[in-house]
Amino acid sequence: MKHTAEEMMTVAAARELRDGQTVFVGIDLPSRAANLARRLHAPGLVLVYESGTIDTRPDELPLSIGDGVLTEHALTVVGVPEIFNYWLQAGRMDVGFLSGAQIDRYANLNTTVIGEYDEPDVRLPGSGGAPEISAGCREVIVVMRHRKRAFVDRVDFVTTFGHGSGPTDRALLGLHGAGPVRVITDLGVLEPDPGSKELMLTALHPGCTVEQVRAETGWTLEIADDLGETTPPTERELTTLRAMRTVGADRR
Amino acid sequence: MAKIVSLTDAVAEFVHDGDTVALEGFTHLIPFAAGHEIIRQRRRDLTLARMTPDLVYDQLVGAGCARKLIFSWGGNPGVGSLYRLRDAITAGWPTPLEIEEHTHAGLANRYVAGASGLPFAVLRGAAGTDLVQHSPSVSTVRCPFTGEHLTAVASLNPDVTIVHAQRADRAGNVQLWGISGVQKEAVFAARHAIATVEEVVDELTPMPGGVVLPRFTVAAVAVVPGGAAPSYAHGYYDRDNTAYLEWDKISRDRETFTAWLRRIEKGDLEKNEGAP
Repeated sequence: MKHTAEEMMTVAAARELRDGQTVFVGIDLPSRAANLARRLHAPGLVLVYESGTIDTRPDELPLSIGDGVLTEHALTVVGVPEIFNYWLQAGRMDVGFLSGAQIDRYANLNTTVIGEYDEPDVRLPGSGGAPEISAGCREVIVVMRHRKRAFVDRVDFVTTFGHGSGPTDRALLGLHGAGPVRVITDLGVLEPDPGSKELMLTALHPGCTVEQVRAETGWTLEIADDLGETTPPTERELTTLRAMRTVGADRR
Repeated sequence: MAKIVSLTDAVAEFVHDGDTVALEGFTHLIPFAAGHEIIRQRRRDLTLARMTPDLVYDQLVGAGCARKLIFSWGGNPGVGSLYRLRDAITAGWPTPLEIEEHTHAGLANRYVAGASGLPFAVLRGAAGTDLVQHSPSVSTVRCPFTGEHLTAVASLNPDVTIVHAQRADRAGNVQLWGISGVQKEAVFAARHAIATVEEVVDELTPMPGGVVLPRFTVAAVAVVPGGAAPSYAHGYYDRDNTAYLEWDKISRDRETFTAWLRRIEKGDLEKNEGAP
């Protein structure tokens, strides 16, 4: 079966999640990948959304973070202060799944503004739960389309702290989790260099080239010595992904 | 003690120019009808607080009701941007809009502090981010027991909080269930609270995960069936995702928005509240 770059990204992200893990899920790309994982190799994956829905098993993808479909299929629903204080901040989440408008070489994310804060070129939605997801989860996986305007040397605004400007920053700030451990794009996979914490290319998706990835990256990207190639989506992965529908968004 | 009144009377009595107003409801139970009534009564210079401004604050900001916005995520959920918000922030249309932004955890905890009668709340917070330098209500505090440095957020005590709930009884006790967001905290933090409800019933039967706001915590209850549309009321109606997609087109330019606003002001949409 032929697949698109977008499908490869979603499948590669879904494969990152293991059965039984607790995952704090952002909307859109992360939500699609997490729900795909639950339908494939991780039926016991515990999905938690910031709307307070815990261990939810939606039969259709939610359009928003608080759709009714999340409540109807949840083990329990708690208030927003509880979800952030008791569940996220207290360290009960294994994996945080995030996306953003900009990411930099140290995996810091920007969802606030393009340009200056006081006179922005583009005003973006802002923080939401992302800063605390990155601070509180044991590890963070980022899913983003690989474009030069998004993969920048320095983000215009640090909305969500990744690795700051190097290997010691998270510890200095008292952040408990490991921070971003992998960035899954539609071209390949980036991981922080264990020493410097700078993102480097560790795998290419089938049909993608190093030149292509470099052309879409706003810093001089290091390439791992043992650069891997992602296994293409299986027929089962693709069929399952294509069968997933978003609630009430059939007109998109 | 809650009195059961019309929405028009509730807004007229409790929402004043210059007030800090919180319309809460996290994706679910967003008090759209109350927002539209505030537009119709032409309130001005409001400080609007809400975790997710959503369409309802895009509408209030576009209508020129607000001077300032306190928020933590300002997008059209699952769709994209809030264009009226963007226009007000970047171009000052129809009036300049001051913003004060937080993380979700930060703003939720500001309501918790407000509800608890405390001046601030403590959280681990968004250490290392640029947000800290742009928000006057975020600071740091040293733990007196461990010496650890933590984030402090100032309490938020709205003049009036408005929520939508599934139902109330005749004494004005209010009951809501499903995703309950920060409604309880926002109501308890406020000087006055208004609840719009789908219906009034003789007796409130307990619901799983239900939240009850006792009658002495709410100043006024107004019966507004459909008052949360195009968001949803669990057990009553679903989220109108199509309306959220449509709003992307309506809000994108000033003309189409102004045409929508004229219809709201005339009350054309009252029968089918919220549907843009």
